[in-house]
Amino acid sequence: MYSKEFLTNLYRQLFTIRIFESRCIQLYRKGLIRGYFHPYLGEEAIAVGVCAALKKNDYITSTHRGHGHCIARGADINRMVAELLGKKTGYCRGLGGSMHIADHSGGNIGANGIVGGGIPLGTGAALGISIRNEDRVSVVFTSDGATNNGVFGESLNLAAIWNLPLLIVVENNQYAVSTPIDKSTREPDIYKRCIGYCVDSSVVDGNDVLEVYEQAQKAVEKCRSGKGPILIEAKTYRHGGHHVNDPGHYMPKEQLEYYKSKDPVVKGRSLLLESGAVSEKEIVSIEETVKREFEEAVDFAQESPEMTVDEFRAIGEVY
Amino acid sequence: MNQAVTGKNQQKRNIMYREALNEALREEMRRDPSVFVMGVGIAERGGSYKVTAGLLEEFGGKRVIDTPIAEASFTGLGVGAAITGMRPVVEILFIDFTLLTLDQVINQAAKYKFMTGDTRSVPLVLRTQGGVGNGLAAQHSQSLEALFYHIPGLKLVMPSTPYDAKGLLKSAIRCDDPVIFIEHKLLYMNEGEVPEDDYCIELGKGDIKRSGKDVTLIAWSNMVPRSLSAAQKLAEDGIDVEVIDPRTLVPLDKELILESVRKTEHVVIVQEAVRRGGIASDIASIIQAEAFDYLDAPIEIIAGMNTPIPFNLILESACIPQETDIVESVKKCM
Repeated sequence: MYSKEFLTNLYRQLFTIRIFESRCIQLYRKGLIRGYFHPYLGEEAIAVGVCAALKKNDYITSTHRGHGHCIARGADINRMVAELLGKKTGYCRGLGGSMHIADHSGGNIGANGIVGGGIPLGTGAALGISIRNEDRVSVVFTSDGATNNGVFGESLNLAAIWNLPLLIVVENNQYAVSTPIDKSTREPDIYKRCIGYCVDSSVVDGNDVLEVYEQAQKAVEKCRSGKGPILIEAKTYRHGGHHVNDPGHYMPKEQLEYYKSKDPVVKGRSLLLESGAVSEKEIVSIEETVKREFEEAVDFAQESPEMTVDEFRAIGEVY
Repeated sequence: MNQAVTGKNQQKRNIMYREALNEALREEMRRDPSVFVMGVGIAERGGSYKVTAGLLEEFGGKRVIDTPIAEASFTGLGVGAAITGMRPVVEILFIDFTLLTLDQVINQAAKYKFMTGDTRSVPLVLRTQGGVGNGLAAQHSQSLEALFYHIPGLKLVMPSTPYDAKGLLKSAIRCDDPVIFIEHKLLYMNEGEVPEDDYCIELGKGDIKRSGKDVTLIAWSNMVPRSLSAAQKLAEDGIDVEVIDPRTLVPLDKELILESVRKTEHVVIVQEAVRRGGIASDIASIIQAEAFDYLDAPIEIIAGMNTPIPFNLILESACIPQETDIVESVKKCM
């Protein structure tokens, strides 16, 4: 029922995020990338499924674990790698880094270094849409960890009383840094909190890109018809610790193995194969292209200049 | 109030500080549909100090928005709306409550443009009011401007007259960067001359509120009228005081201050905020670094006591620079 092109695109994005994250971790280990790096490995199907339901002019706000959202909104891999390497050709010209990439051409208001910090920003984008009376939606990607921060409840309430075209996607990866969800909240089903705010919500398997897409599609349509906000909770799991230097010893092995067996990228590949639209050979060819494009992005980034201190002073002084 | 604002055709008229602010909002909202205002009790009620009175009737509920008491988030909504094409004016009832918004103001609004590569602006105005006034006690009387002064990425405006309030608020709304606009609760009813013509006052331009040759008295917000009365008293004693009001603390009109210092060779700085870590100290450090050779005496700073504000009115007054304190300090430095 889905077109070959649609399914192929979904898988290409899943695989691009997987390659981007796993290879950037290698660059990090080599010392080419510094600072904090929070991989989106294991959560790829959420960004890809939700963004597939969006139009070009819709907004998203992302999180500290934000590379996947950026790619799913069509960001330029060259400029992303360049930013991670701190280069002038990067999205933030080397001033922001991993946690601050924004891409306005893709409606991506940006990642955020503060857990929960992006929730009001995305809600504000929805408020702007509502004031201008435009046919757009704003999607806030956030996490189970952020839902215990005050701005989550406040923003959900503001969006509810003003019927904002807002979709909140809670990526419930079951850990807030290192604290498991059962120690952060008595009710691990985050979506149930919406009852108290009179907001429609649902829960999806975050490992299934088509299930995510279908729920997101319905939610976005509701938002467009004035029935927002909507919340979707996507159950997922990190394939590692909080960031690249966190081995995640606190994550039970059997739980990690369980979720790895439900790997969203592997599942996306099977979906594509099972659809009969694409052969194994074609899939391999897509994968080879993605890998080659990533290597080209690394070359681009490495060859790119850094902002000079004098150039920086000219900018920094005005703040 | 509106009759007083618009009823006459004279070139200049006297209106209140709060009316001048109301005119600024009204004019900018008429001029630019992306300007909207939001805050607690600002629409139906027109704000605690009537600054937003009548805006709901003219512009409707989409652009004049009453919010729940959720400062952190509705300020953040303002930031998000600003990033995506609007020009929000967010009102926080008391500066004390801006402490609830600091992640959104300091981590988000102030840094957004910079973090994302110095490209996208955040044209947000955060209007609030501070200072002591009539026994509102420790959580409704603070002068917290130094907190915002410290943060790169924010502009900081503190008008002392109706004329300045109007011209500066209009500029703040047109500014592409986040502006913290701090009013003073004791100034709202003050009257002053305000032209009927459209005008803006450039951010970063101070004003000489009184010319003098003997001593430079630097003050802002409610310390300006107090300094002007002190200057009047001192004139009777033959001391000719120049009162400088920076009006915007970020950017600071350094040149205006230094020019005055080079002329008078004596400096007194008055701030209502507590002395520790205050803006007066920073201005003093700028003056000693850039005009040390001109100084005839140490720079005097008169500031609030390093204490929370007490409820009792006599004690409240004792915490804050009074006219007599200013007079004494000026005499001491001569």
